[in-house]
Amino acid sequence: MSFFKRMTRSKKKSAQSAKERLQLVLTHDRTDMTPAQLDALKDELIEVISRHIDIDPDAVNIDIAREGREQRLIADIPLKANARRRGR
Amino acid sequence: MSEIITITSGKGGVGKTTAIASLGIALASRGQKVVCVDGDIGLRNLDVIMGLENRIVYDIVDVVEGRCRLRQAMIRDKRLPGLFLIPAAQTRDKMAVSPSDMMRLGDELRHEVDWVLIDSPAGIERGFKNAIAPADRVLVLTNPEISAVRDADRVIGILEAEEKGTPSLILNRVNPGMVKRQEMLSPDDVLDLLAIDLIGVVPEDQSVLIAANRGAPIALDKESRAGQAFHNIAARLMGEDIPFMDLEEKGGLWSRISKFAGRN
Repeated sequence: MSFFKRMTRSKKKSAQSAKERLQLVLTHDRTDMTPAQLDALKDELIEVISRHIDIDPDAVNIDIAREGREQRLIADIPLKANARRRGR
Repeated sequence: MSEIITITSGKGGVGKTTAIASLGIALASRGQKVVCVDGDIGLRNLDVIMGLENRIVYDIVDVVEGRCRLRQAMIRDKRLPGLFLIPAAQTRDKMAVSPSDMMRLGDELRHEVDWVLIDSPAGIERGFKNAIAPADRVLVLTNPEISAVRDADRVIGILEAEEKGTPSLILNRVNPGMVKRQEMLSPDDVLDLLAIDLIGVVPEDQSVLIAANRGAPIALDKESRAGQAFHNIAARLMGEDIPFMDLEEKGGLWSRISKFAGRN
């Protein structure tokens, strides 16, 4: 019985699925932005920044963060080590 | 110092009308003068939930269009002194009333009662706009269902955009057993998603349907868990600090709902 219980527990509970799905859907509802539009925004941001400074596009992390009912666009853009020297 | 409160939800069928009827009963049983206003023109239902359907002569559209005086449209609930209903019109549509009509009606009602409780129709269109126009305070009601929570979030966003302030949340039809088994969003989950203040958690209770069958709002049955929950919300509306109900049915291990009070 306990083995059976452990087996069923290993599957994610439906409340957790509901919460995770809602977190995503609410983020897009609130910003009125589809995931595809957010991707387009990321690509354009990377392109603009790359024109001025050397960055590693694969290391860039741009996402919408929630804090209460406030949402913010967070961009974490690591610069390449020699970026400043080469830029000037 | 009267207060106008609107309950809205976005999604239909989550329990707005039941909540309005029961909060009306609960406030009136605390000696308050209360009028419940059915804002769902064309789909009126607050009359049957309150059991007053046979006493309707005039309705909200009659008041707005001047066919009767305000007091003639206020049906007195004989079960409690100080409780009234203004029914919706059944054969008209939402366009028969405008948000400014509702503001005027609200201001007139302030002279008559301590509390005006407005039942908003589902949706985010004219009927909803009418219902929130005169509100001093809005309560958003939802169920722990994925579609209801999503719609509630949308409504909260609209209320903020219209500068109605951040509403408070009533979480209705919580099934403690399912929450315990993690097969239902918990009050904590819903609060985390919607990020607004909680004013009440109402457990799922079969006596709500039975009460509706009889036209006797659940708050008249103080023994019922849902009825108690609405009495607690009424007390909180009056500024009392009431701990959140322990949803656990009989001596289980589930932690007390009162911990959610800390989030306010």
